[in-house]
Amino acid sequence: MNRREFLKKAGFAGMLAAAVSAGLTFPKKVWAAWNEQAFKAKKTPDALNKVYGTDSLTDSDKIFMQTPDIAENGAVVPITIQADLPNVESISLLVDENPTPLAAHYQIGKGLRPYVSTRIKMGKTSAVHAVVKADGQLMKATKEIKVTIGGCGG
Amino acid sequence: MSIRMRAKEQSGLVTVKALVKHPMETGQRKASDGSLVPAHFIQQITAKANGEIVLEAQWSPAVSKNPYLAFQYDGKKGDTIEIAMIDNEGKTFDGKGKVK
Repeated sequence: MNRREFLKKAGFAGMLAAAVSAGLTFPKKVWAAWNEQAFKAKKTPDALNKVYGTDSLTDSDKIFMQTPDIAENGAVVPITIQADLPNVESISLLVDENPTPLAAHYQIGKGLRPYVSTRIKMGKTSAVHAVVKADGQLMKATKEIKVTIGGCGG
Repeated sequence: MSIRMRAKEQSGLVTVKALVKHPMETGQRKASDGSLVPAHFIQQITAKANGEIVLEAQWSPAVSKNPYLAFQYDGKKGDTIEIAMIDNEGKTFDGKGKVK
C-alpha cells in the first residue's frame, strides 16, 4: 500500500487522535480571549485604547521597521519590526487606513528577542505603526507605505 | 503537521520561521456570485521553546493568506520548538521541530 492509500485509510480522525496523544494539539482552554474590541476598532486611537488603555505614545528612534516603501501587492506586505530596547513586553502593528487598523499583537515572552516578522494586507497607501511597550512605556515608530494595488479584496 | 517551520541557531541566536496554509479571509471579499465570503482567519498563536512559552500573538484577518511568522530568542541547537495556532472557527494547527 503506498503512502496515499495509507493516509486515506487512517483518515483524519486517526491523525487527530495521534496528534492529541502526542500532546501536540493545545487544548482550547489554554487560549486567552482574542481581544475582539481592539481588533474591531475602526480607528487607530480606539484600537490603541482597547489594547493599552491609552492612545498616548512617544516616538522612539530605537524601533526599527523594515518595510517596502511601495507595496506592489497590497495583499502581501512584508513587515519586520525590531526594538533596541530592554524589557520589551509587547509589539503591535497598526495600519491607519485599513478598515480595522490593528493587524497583529505580539506578547514577547521571557528570553524572546524584540523582533517579529510577518506579512500583512493593506487596503491602500497608509501610515503603518509599530507600537512597543517596554518597561511600562509605550513607544512607536511609523512608516508610510504606498500601495499600488489594494489587498483587502473588496 | 500543519505548520511548517525552520529553526536555526547562529552564535547563540535562534531564528524560527514558520509558515501555515490558511485562507485568512477578511469577511469583506465577495465570491463570484456576489455573496460575502465569511471571515476565516487565525486568531491566536502560541510558541514554546523547550516547553516554555516564548511568544503569544493575536492576529487580525489583515495578516496575509498563508501567513508567515518569524521570531528570535537566545537558544541552542537541539532546542525543541512547538507552535500552535487556532482560528476563529476553532480549528487548530500545530508544528514541532528542533533547532538546527
